[in-house]
Amino acid sequence: MTIPAGLKYTKEHEWVRIDGDTATFGITDHAQEALGDIVFVELPEVGRVLTAGEAYAVVESVKAVSDVYAPVGGEVIEVNDLLDGEPENVNSDAYGAGWIARVKITADDSVELMSDDEYNTFLEE
Amino acid sequence: MSISDTTFKYSGTVGMQHEEPVLFEHAHEAPESINLPGVDGDISPELSAFARKTPASIPGLSEPEAVRHFVRLSQWNHGIETGFYPLGSCTMKYNPRVNEQVVRLPGLAHIHPDQPEETTQGVLELMYELQGWLGEISGLPYVTLQPAAGAHGELVGLMMIRAALDARGQQHRRKVLVPDSAHGTNPASATLCGMHTVELKSGADGRIDLEELKRHLDDETAALMMTNPNTAGAFESDIKEICRLVHEAGALVYGDGANLNALVGVARPGDMGIDCLHINVHKTFSTPHGGGGPGGGPVAVNEALAPYLPVPRIEKHGDTYSLVHSCETSVGPVLGAPGQIGVLLRASAYIAAFGRQHLHRIAEDAVLNANYVLNRLKGRYHVPFDGLCKHECLLTDEWQEKHGVKTIDIAKRLIDLGFHPMTVYFPLIVHGAMLIEPTETESRETLDAFCDAMIDIADACEAGDTAMLHDAPLKPFRRRLDETQAARKPVLVWPK
Repeated sequence: MTIPAGLKYTKEHEWVRIDGDTATFGITDHAQEALGDIVFVELPEVGRVLTAGEAYAVVESVKAVSDVYAPVGGEVIEVNDLLDGEPENVNSDAYGAGWIARVKITADDSVELMSDDEYNTFLEE
Repeated sequence: MSISDTTFKYSGTVGMQHEEPVLFEHAHEAPESINLPGVDGDISPELSAFARKTPASIPGLSEPEAVRHFVRLSQWNHGIETGFYPLGSCTMKYNPRVNEQVVRLPGLAHIHPDQPEETTQGVLELMYELQGWLGEISGLPYVTLQPAAGAHGELVGLMMIRAALDARGQQHRRKVLVPDSAHGTNPASATLCGMHTVELKSGADGRIDLEELKRHLDDETAALMMTNPNTAGAFESDIKEICRLVHEAGALVYGDGANLNALVGVARPGDMGIDCLHINVHKTFSTPHGGGGPGGGPVAVNEALAPYLPVPRIEKHGDTYSLVHSCETSVGPVLGAPGQIGVLLRASAYIAAFGRQHLHRIAEDAVLNANYVLNRLKGRYHVPFDGLCKHECLLTDEWQEKHGVKTIDIAKRLIDLGFHPMTVYFPLIVHGAMLIEPTETESRETLDAFCDAMIDIADACEAGDTAMLHDAPLKPFRRRLDETQAARKPVLVWPK
């Protein structure tokens, strides 16, 4: 299981990569492992404005259907359309090809975020 | 007794099994050779626009070939009449044969909902009586038999709650609190009813956390939807305080009656403070999963919600029963008929077989059986929440996962050993969950055979026989199915 440095993590097992005023969202390797084979990802609409902690996507695996929550607030500027036909990218490359949405950060609005080390400790607890 | 002996004692999964082509692949005769009732003369002019342009695609088979096809397919299946079926939260109890005799009585089997009422007095009396029984069992005296299954009952119950709030001028109350351990139908029903849901995180013991509940209760809350005992098989011991807090906030408590089997004849949801409860008569009172047919989800409510019950309602005046279709406060009709009569009659037969005096044995034996299984398996499988369980017990794959064996492998291996798997990966609050509900209709011998099989799997895992477990099931004609591909790229149509 991998937890790359440089990303931030939430207690709900999402990751966020912040580049200036842009943030990219996805679910962690731990999350995809726990969910099992992903069979469907419901993506948000571009233009939708999210507040931190809001459910913005739905991930369905053979075991369960789970909401995915926004780590930071902002407006959705791009979604990963690849997941529409090939949701397995979330399993095979959770931090790369399995990204879910990209938002433009519009306000100082965030849930509690952890560093990679903190997330690793959180998982061990 | 070794495991192989018990396997063949209970297995419904081995025997004469062959590849079974679809009927069209079977076909060898021209469809014209099939003896269908003919049409005399020409099609009437009004209907001629609907006449087929091309012949119907009907596979050409003889009657015995068609019958054998379906009987053979049925033998690939596992039902409550072929073996033990401990599917958690589904209450797969045996459906006694006497139920089938009851529903086949000509006076019950050969009637129609639109017949004149003077010719259906008998069935109306039985339905009226069942309403009374369900009211007494639930402690919520006002009952509708209409909803066609549990989730339909949830929707109807929430429609009544919504109507009651609207009548108070509280159209802003649209928030429904749902614990994260809830059945998936709960949030779905709330959404369908035009409300939105907020998830409550369970406490460390798997129960509702009072502080979490208090944080989310406000003047927009319409209801708390809860299951007691919950989906971890644990009784919500704070139930009275939970109901008090919800009522104090001006909201109502909806009870999901899916787990009523743990309480029947012993404790009543109405007495706990629950305002509205659906009852899965096709689980708690036999005909599990509707016997493959329809279910039944009657809803029982307290006096405050009674004005909103659906119509038609069955009323009794003197010795005469009638269906009353008009009531201004009602949420209206919710089914094309007054109820799924076959399932309701079987429920009546099951309740009558116990009688008021002995009804408590349903819950007592169901809880005893679940705790027996829990106690035989708790040294071999991880138990996430300590203490006694109610009608179902919850285990996880935590100890087997260290050997690379997961819940799915354990479930698939049970098929080889002659048992339907338990509910897997539910409730969602527990990783690798295995939820086992034996019900009251199983003997100790059956429970022992199942526990022996579970222990055999734990032994195989510890002995390093993991490859076999990953390949399981080995015996059925269809081996392990690719559930991922089935969901990602389903093939739903037979390609000619």
